[in-house]
Amino acid sequence: MGYISGGRCLRYSYPIVKHSFLVKDPKELPSVINQAFHIANTGRPGPVIVDLPKDVTSALIDVDTSGEFTLPGYSIRKEGSLESIKEAASMISSAEKPILMVGHGAVISGATQEIKAIVEKMQIPVINTLLGKGCFPESHDLNLGMPGMHGTAYANMALCDCDLIVSIGARWDDRIAGSPSDFQPQAKKIHIDIDPVEINKTVQVDCSIIGDAKSVLNSLYGFLEKGNTQRWVKQIRRLKREYPLKYKKEGKLRAQHVIEEMSRLTEGNAIVTTDVGQHQMWAAQFFKTEHTRHFLSSGGAGTMGFGFPAAIGAQMANPGKIVVAVVGDGGFQMTLPELSTAVNEKLPIKILLINNNYLGMVRQWQHMFYDNRLSGVDLEGNPDFVKLAGAYGCKGFRVKRSADVRKVLGAALAYNDGPCIIDAEVEKYDNVFPMVPSGASLDKMLLSMPRKKLEKPKGGT
Amino acid sequence: MNETQKRHNISLYVENKPGVTIRIALVFARRGYNIESFVGSPAQDDRYSRINIEATGDSQTLHLMLEQLNRLVDVIHAREYSDEDVIQKELALIKVRCNNESRTEILQITGAFKCRNVDISDTTMTFQVTGKSSKIDAVSKMLDKFGVLEVVRTGKLLIARGKEETSW
Repeated sequence: MGYISGGRCLRYSYPIVKHSFLVKDPKELPSVINQAFHIANTGRPGPVIVDLPKDVTSALIDVDTSGEFTLPGYSIRKEGSLESIKEAASMISSAEKPILMVGHGAVISGATQEIKAIVEKMQIPVINTLLGKGCFPESHDLNLGMPGMHGTAYANMALCDCDLIVSIGARWDDRIAGSPSDFQPQAKKIHIDIDPVEINKTVQVDCSIIGDAKSVLNSLYGFLEKGNTQRWVKQIRRLKREYPLKYKKEGKLRAQHVIEEMSRLTEGNAIVTTDVGQHQMWAAQFFKTEHTRHFLSSGGAGTMGFGFPAAIGAQMANPGKIVVAVVGDGGFQMTLPELSTAVNEKLPIKILLINNNYLGMVRQWQHMFYDNRLSGVDLEGNPDFVKLAGAYGCKGFRVKRSADVRKVLGAALAYNDGPCIIDAEVEKYDNVFPMVPSGASLDKMLLSMPRKKLEKPKGGT
Repeated sequence: MNETQKRHNISLYVENKPGVTIRIALVFARRGYNIESFVGSPAQDDRYSRINIEATGDSQTLHLMLEQLNRLVDVIHAREYSDEDVIQKELALIKVRCNNESRTEILQITGAFKCRNVDISDTTMTFQVTGKSSKIDAVSKMLDKFGVLEVVRTGKLLIARGKEETSW
């Protein structure tokens, strides 16, 4: 071990994996591989690394070698405690302004039906985190979309006024909580999570249930008694009407327009992947997600260059589906060589390139909080992306005018012989709104660029 | 010392495997805990090890840190014992400067603490002390005026009283 590019992979990976193994004796291999899959797939799933030295990979082992294993230090509490489930049920039943917050944990556990049943029985509005998108259909009357830093105005307003928040596999991330120490003190909080470490980590909760979301919600349903949320639901509908997401359709082409049109044309059936940045937030706002696992983003890891490779995986796994990689001109260029893979495999991925010639989200922060002193964000060296597509033997489209959006996207959706790049040359200086400045509470939400100078944000980037 | 920065005694029962220590140490490091002492050795069943850690850090994050330790696949159990009545021992070797005049007094003091004299030279004496950590602190404080040259301590060991099993 430890030569050329192979060395020390375990040492570097400790902080970012769920578990790792170094196999020294080839006979251990069947058992270790079984353990690795078991750990990676159960509980709160996560990556597991199995480091195989060369002498192990080239060794011969007896096919009958036992793959059995025991993991005394690894147990999962799947069923929540009945006591806390009953407590949660009575809190939900008596709440007048409750909200369900659906996160990635709900998606992983496959709790869509259970959530729907509770929402419909109890008439509770739903918000979803970025990674919870699709677990509850965004077209539903009671869905408020994503809350938080770039969430919808009505989701944030509802959070500011609610009396109970039920997190189902969502970890009160700072993109949602803003300032965790004073996050919605008026509301009681319930947290359902399979990972005990997440309980009271950032936000102190009033009731916690450690268990698998699907199983917990299933037994919770039986204890719920229909409360009175009629006025609350009315208020939610009014907020949705009064503060819709909006952008100008005239003038220069807007990213929001391109994304919203793609969402409309694919009718909630596309699998959408994103990078990180402005395009990601606009995709979260304007790409309405109807089904679970139809919106793939790197979430808390915040890694650019994720969208296109993720689209390749999604298309390989779902050959019959439309896969749209919404990427920025910055992130897309981090994984350009993957174009060869997509071309070779003839994967009909639609690469929707939101091209504003900037690292737009960083430019937005420099604009809003640092007097527009721009540094390291101008991508003036960008290639001609249509020619770049041609260079890889991939189809290229370009859209520059609002009037052409539907036509060009339609043509791209009709092209299925391989990947295509849709180079959408959009307004360079557009900013994502609503915005809650980092580290501020949700009532500090900005709906548009304020006239007066903003303070430097307190929270992280 | 800051109000919330407290010394904590944590006892772990873990798989006796390579890499376990680094995973545990990373949890402490990530939460800003300073490890004061660390003792690990195979348990009675040698597929497992027992580890005693004494660490200083924020009391508020302790609960979270214990959950993170328990989440590690190789950790069977992790538990805090700071304010509990458990049997607690530590061993130390203390080397102290001496001369003809001070030798008798040093022997008297160390005798009172039931220290064992393990080495003696013209200018030094070395003692072995066992007991609670506070006893070791007291001995080394008493010997300070003669000139303590070196102190080597094992770190704190814990075992539960009666039938109860440690770190369960």
